[in-house]
Amino acid sequence: MKLIDEFRDVKLGKKLIAKIHQTSTKPVKLMEFCGGHTVAILKHGIRQLLPPTIEMLSGPGCPVCVTANADLDKAIALAKLPNVIITTFGDMMKVPGSYSSLQEAKAQGADVRIVYSVHDAVDIAAVNPQKSVVFLGIGFETTAPTIAASILEARQNGVRNFHVLSLLKLCPPVMKALLDLGEIELSGIVCPGHVSAIIGSHPYEFIPEQYKIACVISGFEPLDILLTVDMLIEQIERDKPTVEIAYRRGVKPEGNIHALKLIEQVFEADSANWRGIGAVTKSGLKIRKQYEHFDAEKVFPIVSAPVREAKGCLCGEILRGVKTPHDCKLFGQTCVPEHPVGPCMVSSEGACAAYFHFGASHE
Amino acid sequence: MCLAVPVRIVSIEGTNAEVEIGGVRRQVSLWLTPEARVGDYVLLHTGYAITVIDEAEAEQTLKLFEEMATIDEAH
Repeated sequence: MKLIDEFRDVKLGKKLIAKIHQTSTKPVKLMEFCGGHTVAILKHGIRQLLPPTIEMLSGPGCPVCVTANADLDKAIALAKLPNVIITTFGDMMKVPGSYSSLQEAKAQGADVRIVYSVHDAVDIAAVNPQKSVVFLGIGFETTAPTIAASILEARQNGVRNFHVLSLLKLCPPVMKALLDLGEIELSGIVCPGHVSAIIGSHPYEFIPEQYKIACVISGFEPLDILLTVDMLIEQIERDKPTVEIAYRRGVKPEGNIHALKLIEQVFEADSANWRGIGAVTKSGLKIRKQYEHFDAEKVFPIVSAPVREAKGCLCGEILRGVKTPHDCKLFGQTCVPEHPVGPCMVSSEGACAAYFHFGASHE
Repeated sequence: MCLAVPVRIVSIEGTNAEVEIGGVRRQVSLWLTPEARVGDYVLLHTGYAITVIDEAEAEQTLKLFEEMATIDEAH
């Protein structure tokens, strides 16, 4: 397929790998922030092809994985309300909250439906005017403008029984929070490709400026990732950290200005809870007052029991890059994709699921 | 979650477009990319085109790969 196959060329890949081996002299830790990159790196066996000087760590860039139990519990509590239809991306169904999952709530009679797009949720609301339809707004900056557009479209079409539980999160603020924790000594960050298609490259500039860490925005094909690693190593070896875009066909420095305006129109930055990291100032998006009719938190009384965390689950540490799935005693034993203990084993781009499916070796 | 794939726009009607990938056609929303035109490739994420792909930049990146490969061979 065009714009995919060209970026999987084995011969060029081998050349890039040879170049990286030649250039890399210092031992470095690079973090791929995005779960989609973790999957691509493991699926294509890229870690094994890199020189021993380069260590790749998985980051917190999986929206399902970083959703805190307290927020999952809210979603499950909403599902149990009468006359409510919950609509969600499929990844969320099996994620265990403190006491149960959406899938279990559905088995007990709740009306929970998987949708491909938030647009489908608006359509469901339009044909079920006697019910309230709540969309679980999970995602980063990539997904935020689609949800903003759906709220504007619902308003335009008079669909008043459509609501969103906004659990949307922002990447640059949590990158800062992660770096301020100081638990890992990073030399470079593989920055998320599709988040950056929306926000552009400028929001990462504080990272090289304040933390002296190299940043390159990457696409998701193997050649994109190898080019990104090569650019990061060049920056690190020259000791000139900056922000560069390797994924130029998908990312402009200014991002998608139209999409950013839609986000700004409907949402405002607010504190958000991240699994393993905790509350991070201005790292989430809440619905602005003038659209509060669409805000599920404002419309429904949400009461959930005290939050509980799964015993022994290392998702939090894995999301911060301080542990790998192999450090977790539950991994592949009691925690498997069919019966996940933590969200990193549920989401298709969770680090544990990626390690499980693609058999990443112990490093 | 942030998965997006390149698809080609076949036709546009209002804020919706019909797109094609690998012989499969489906409807997507152009709310986020009003500048998209028939024939453009866009990145499709959960039913919405999130950006118009810059094909000239794609060519440039591929050319860069070729050049890197040649330099390596020359050494």
